[in-house]
Amino acid sequence: MADFMQFLFAGLTTGAIYALAALGFAIIYNGSGVINFAQGDFLMLGGMTCSAILGMHVPFALAAALAVAITVVIGLLLYWLAVKPAGETSVVSLIIITIGASIFIQGVVQIVLGKNQHTLPSFSGDTALHILGAYVLPQSFWVLGVASLLVVACAVFFRFTLIGKAMLAVAANRLAAQAVGIPAKLVLLLAFGLSALLGAVAGVVAAPITTTSYDLGLMLGMKGFVAATLGGLGSGLGAVVGGLLVGVLEAMMAGYVSSAYKDAVPFVMIIVILLVMPRGLFGAKSAERV
Amino acid sequence: MKGLVRPSQLVALAILLLLPFAMRNNFMMDVAVRVLLAAVAAVGLNLLMGFAGQVSIGHAAFIALGAYGSGIATSRFGWPPVLALVAAAAGASVVAWLIAKPILRLKGHSLTMATLGLGVIANIVLINEVAWTGGPDGMPVPPLQAGGLALTSVGQWYALAAAVLVLAIAGSLNLYDSPAGRALRGLNGSEVAARVMGVDVASFKVRAFVLSAFLAAVSGSLTAHYLSFVSPSMASFTHSVELATMVVLGGMASTYGAVLGAVVLTVLPQLLGGLQGYEMMLFGLILMLTMIFLPKGLVPSLEDRLRRGVRGADDA
Amino acid sequence: MLEVRQLSKSFGGVRAVDGVSFSVRAGSVHSVIGPNGAGKTTLFNLVSGVDTPSAGEVLLDGRSTAGLGPDALARLGMSRTFQNVQLCMNMSARENVMLGAHLRTDSTLLAGLLGRTRGADQALRDEAAQLMEQVGVGRYADAHTTQLPFGALKRLEIARSLAGRPRLLLLDEPAAGLNETETHEITELIRSIAASGITVVLVEHDMKMVMNISDHILVLDYGKKLAEGTAEEVRKNPQVIAAYLGSD
Repeated sequence: MADFMQFLFAGLTTGAIYALAALGFAIIYNGSGVINFAQGDFLMLGGMTCSAILGMHVPFALAAALAVAITVVIGLLLYWLAVKPAGETSVVSLIIITIGASIFIQGVVQIVLGKNQHTLPSFSGDTALHILGAYVLPQSFWVLGVASLLVVACAVFFRFTLIGKAMLAVAANRLAAQAVGIPAKLVLLLAFGLSALLGAVAGVVAAPITTTSYDLGLMLGMKGFVAATLGGLGSGLGAVVGGLLVGVLEAMMAGYVSSAYKDAVPFVMIIVILLVMPRGLFGAKSAERV
Repeated sequence: MKGLVRPSQLVALAILLLLPFAMRNNFMMDVAVRVLLAAVAAVGLNLLMGFAGQVSIGHAAFIALGAYGSGIATSRFGWPPVLALVAAAAGASVVAWLIAKPILRLKGHSLTMATLGLGVIANIVLINEVAWTGGPDGMPVPPLQAGGLALTSVGQWYALAAAVLVLAIAGSLNLYDSPAGRALRGLNGSEVAARVMGVDVASFKVRAFVLSAFLAAVSGSLTAHYLSFVSPSMASFTHSVELATMVVLGGMASTYGAVLGAVVLTVLPQLLGGLQGYEMMLFGLILMLTMIFLPKGLVPSLEDRLRRGVRGADDA
Repeated sequence: MLEVRQLSKSFGGVRAVDGVSFSVRAGSVHSVIGPNGAGKTTLFNLVSGVDTPSAGEVLLDGRSTAGLGPDALARLGMSRTFQNVQLCMNMSARENVMLGAHLRTDSTLLAGLLGRTRGADQALRDEAAQLMEQVGVGRYADAHTTQLPFGALKRLEIARSLAGRPRLLLLDEPAAGLNETETHEITELIRSIAASGITVVLVEHDMKMVMNISDHILVLDYGKKLAEGTAEEVRKNPQVIAAYLGSD
């Protein structure tokens, strides 16, 4: 039982990170129909830049804030320089563009910050707490807490603020939204920025546990995508549920079966999900107009 | 059997025959062999990405399947290399067929993500099944030989690689102007239109996937024997991206484009004195810039410009 | 030849097509008209296998087409064009028409790779050019689809369908977006297609064209059949006039 709780907590922690990545996917997908292959890199950037800035003897809070800010700027640039110029182009083109962007970002980070793993100090120490038979790091609670906060903030943002509602409008029907005066391009820009924000914060909070390196984004992005698809692409709730599920299943696999193959779990999941439940748990049905 | 040979094929053949004389040393010949082998895989991937429009960023998995298939069969079971090559290519094709049928039901980004997953799983398996694969350090492979004749010199390898590429190019060009090729390109242009004309879209996508996997595996097998070595990095994400970039840069749906892409992406790093970690950045940049400014790729864009130039001269 | 029984299709809460029944005699020209949103294109999508019905059935030559996709229906001799033109813009105009003949060709991968289809392809190229001439876009025989104006694209699509030698041709708003001369040309084209023995069903807004060439007209409104009959009968039907023609 203790083992199970251990794995469960571990799974929920990583699951919370996947959930944030998934949420980021959902927001951009909702706004623009683009699957941002660089989503995972936002998380990587958050952790890596924070680590780098810390190395310059900057106080932690400032370093974290700067890291998030830099990542957001990169997210905005991604839309402005790579996605927007492509215009109304084919799905294939957009896929390749965001893949290119992701690889480019990884490449630059690899050059600037090196190939090594970086880490951040835990926010409140490393003494594990004993809960329900499991040893849980305090950082885990930070992750879960911050993730929950962000998810709630997003929900509030989309439901109660004007900008949030504008984003939903653009997602539902871009032309109609533009017709009532909503600047769709600006909204999309914001969507990328918001996604980057979520990713960066998640990255900073997660780095003490997962450590971070230039290629973290790839795996994280993939798992975030799995989570988002499992939950139903475009559904915020789905992203969160999906993320937690993926995290827990992965932890169970690592704990009970084989640690080496734990990374394979999300990938097998994605293939299975896409075949059996392509719309995910909470996804909306869509009809293609011919 | 092949009918008339196109003028472009004669030119390509001439270039291939004359190239070795322009090579000043074995190092350049080595690069040439690598280019040729990469081009075989690129031409194959072009059939899937360029013709049929299905983006795969996990095809290095099939290169590795071919490479390890040959490697394991020859070094652990003592199979004759040619038999191992055929078996590995066939095996990779079967695996591709099994995977393709379910995966190709997906569209767009979902498909691409699934191929990414494929590549990652292949990589993980190769690294972890040490007993079979020699683990992360890889495993040595005996040289390619048939009936007592072993391929050891760079010159011999050049000849073999060139011959294989010539065949691949011929097949691809033939396919382009054939009913099957039009069906593939058609489903890329408009799936609904293709279906309405009777094209079994799902089946054709699978065929393209399997054929591209076959060529990738052949390229992998040959590479394994050429390098006398295989390692899990052959199935790495970077390798898959490199392959996809060759196709995108050279020109989707263009056979010679894929070859050009292979040339550029294999030679460029050598010219830059080895990329030393700049590869990712470079590939990423190339992918983005190509898709934004030259979405058709180098060769088709060039063809378009020439065509417009000719027409302009006529109108003048 | 074609029989539709109690066909219905709902999208969420919306009944796009509601219990429509009609039959089309072989060799005739049958038109489906109705105000915008009446469900005409949805009906077409159901008949041509692009969409699956919520209820009812479609019978081709007496046999149900349930579960058959557009490619299977193509094999049974059905072809269609699309309201907003579904052409493969990555291929040349002629190649699009050649694609139409897919079912008559050796479309195996092996034959393609080995170049065994060269001879047949040459004949197909000529046939495609002839068809393009027949529909009136002969001058674009060597052009790329991206170079054709919209009116030409619509006719190219018809050429593509004809390449498949269909027995039943569904035309979705063939005159949409065309000017008066072009509409006249299309009308003549449809007439000649029908004259060659192909059964034609078309969806159209252009009343003059419809009245001119139809043997039989079906009027839809809000997804339901409002009336059907010959041009004369429909023209005089008070319900039709009220719902549709009156607003003209």
